[in-house]
Amino acid sequence: MLKALRFAPSRFGRCFSTLVVAEHTQKGLHPATLSAINAAKKLQDDICVLVAGSGATEAAQEAAKLQGVSKVLHVDAPAYQYPVADQMANLLVAMQQKSSFASIMGPVSSLLKDVFPRLAGALDVQPLTDVMDIKSSDTFVRPTYAGNAIATVRSKDPVKVFTVRPTSFPTDGLEGGSAPVEPVTPPEGQPMVEFVKEEHAHDDKPQLATAKTVVSGGRGLRSKEGFDTVLDPLCQKLNAAMGASRAAVDAGFVPNDMQVGQTGKVVAPDLYLAVGISGAIQHLAGMKDSKTIVAINKDGEAPIFQVADYGLVADLFEAVPEMTDKVAQ
Amino acid sequence: MRALVAVKRVIDYAVKVRVKPDKSGVELNNIKMSMNPFCEIAVEEGVRLKEAGTLSELVAVSCGPDKSQESLRQALAMGADRAILLKTDYRTDMELQPLAVAKLLKKMVEKEDPMVVLLGKQAIDDDSNQTGQLLAGMLGWPQATFASKLAFNSGLTGVDVTREVDAGLQTISLKLPCVVTCDLRLNQPRYATLPNLMKAKKKPLEVVDAASLGVDMSPRLEYLSVEEPPKREGGRKVDSVDELLDKLRNEAKVLA
Repeated sequence: MLKALRFAPSRFGRCFSTLVVAEHTQKGLHPATLSAINAAKKLQDDICVLVAGSGATEAAQEAAKLQGVSKVLHVDAPAYQYPVADQMANLLVAMQQKSSFASIMGPVSSLLKDVFPRLAGALDVQPLTDVMDIKSSDTFVRPTYAGNAIATVRSKDPVKVFTVRPTSFPTDGLEGGSAPVEPVTPPEGQPMVEFVKEEHAHDDKPQLATAKTVVSGGRGLRSKEGFDTVLDPLCQKLNAAMGASRAAVDAGFVPNDMQVGQTGKVVAPDLYLAVGISGAIQHLAGMKDSKTIVAINKDGEAPIFQVADYGLVADLFEAVPEMTDKVAQ
Repeated sequence: MRALVAVKRVIDYAVKVRVKPDKSGVELNNIKMSMNPFCEIAVEEGVRLKEAGTLSELVAVSCGPDKSQESLRQALAMGADRAILLKTDYRTDMELQPLAVAKLLKKMVEKEDPMVVLLGKQAIDDDSNQTGQLLAGMLGWPQATFASKLAFNSGLTGVDVTREVDAGLQTISLKLPCVVTCDLRLNQPRYATLPNLMKAKKKPLEVVDAASLGVDMSPRLEYLSVEEPPKREGGRKVDSVDELLDKLRNEAKVLA
């Protein structure tokens, strides 16, 4: 059935269009959504933005003002306050059946990583994760082996389903749009998964995966207290997320949701500050796409200095507090 | 209650991968291979569920070349009861893609009738983070990705899963049967001891020609090139905190 619908005439002026699934909060769009829209522009199709939520009117209005957006599709339903994978995938399948998008994409996020493959399975297409560049409507660049091998791939599927890496695309240059906001009625039916609760562990800090600045500590901090008393004040001053090396996690200094590396989180902030981290391959894989890397380490021979834009050979227990004092709030 | 656990053999996480000069892929010859770290966590969770009496049988499945038997033996040594290799000569880091693996696993689900399928959240070679979700969608089962805690209810009809999401931790409730993908924080996998590795040699390991399952395994993504990432020009040292802050403010312009 889907096959026939793919070739059905589109409701839009042009035959092809891109659906960007927005990440947002009650307050507005997540900056990653702006990156995704700038990425979508490379496809040179009409851009529709889906804002699905409960009362996310501000996010929908904000999306409508973005240059290049031709239409905002807005699902406003209580059931979408905490969207779950099967519910979102069903919504997108229904939208695809109606509108035959050429591409369905959005920023890498825990929600879309959960949803998109499920959607792709329903459409019988092979999705792409973490796209860093778009060469043409069917050719994409993405990292494999934790960024140690960059693959250029051509999709043979009729619909491209993919997430983009927000830090690979700009967030600016989107002022001055005026697109209509069109309500969308989601499909009926209960989700298969029931949302129970959400706990925000580090509410006082930005999220590690999306922070502009990340300060990470390694075994050089010697203890949990080292993280609390030396690293944390600098994080607060810089409004940075706190990360850690696997060595620090294995030593029990910090929980492993803070681990940056191939088996932890892969981050690419504007500024990555590695403190007391030697720079094992495992760790480098998780942070080497950061725009600016700074290393503070006692050992001038540590491999981290080979990738650091700025390296300071110093005792972190002196240098970090000094830095904290001298950074403007 | 039976569970399937999917395992993948990949280049060991501690190895620095080398891209082939002809850009056709990364070098796999004479490279240390291991079970994907996230798959180890999935196996460990399955074994713990067996030890707790939640599972009666744990079946490990892998799709790939003959050598993938090594990873299945490791799963057996960790405590899985038996193993199935769906053998194919497609390169598992490029050509055998998650869509095809999910279709192959679906065939195994239909044959083995598990109540739970455990997978890692992603393989550290292709970094796709897709197979579990694709499989759940194809089966029409609920899914819980990035799991850091599982709590089955006493009647074994459902499970509460705590997930690692961008905002922190999220708990969802699922009815069985379901698909769960495991995050790093779920557990600390045990080492396969030598005696257990010896015992694992006696456990059943069935080899099935993947092509015999009637699944379209042809790659949907054509790899045009695989290249080294641009080299970073690191190595510039500064002498003081003041100089560092000055560079960050005025040269890199990442500090106010």
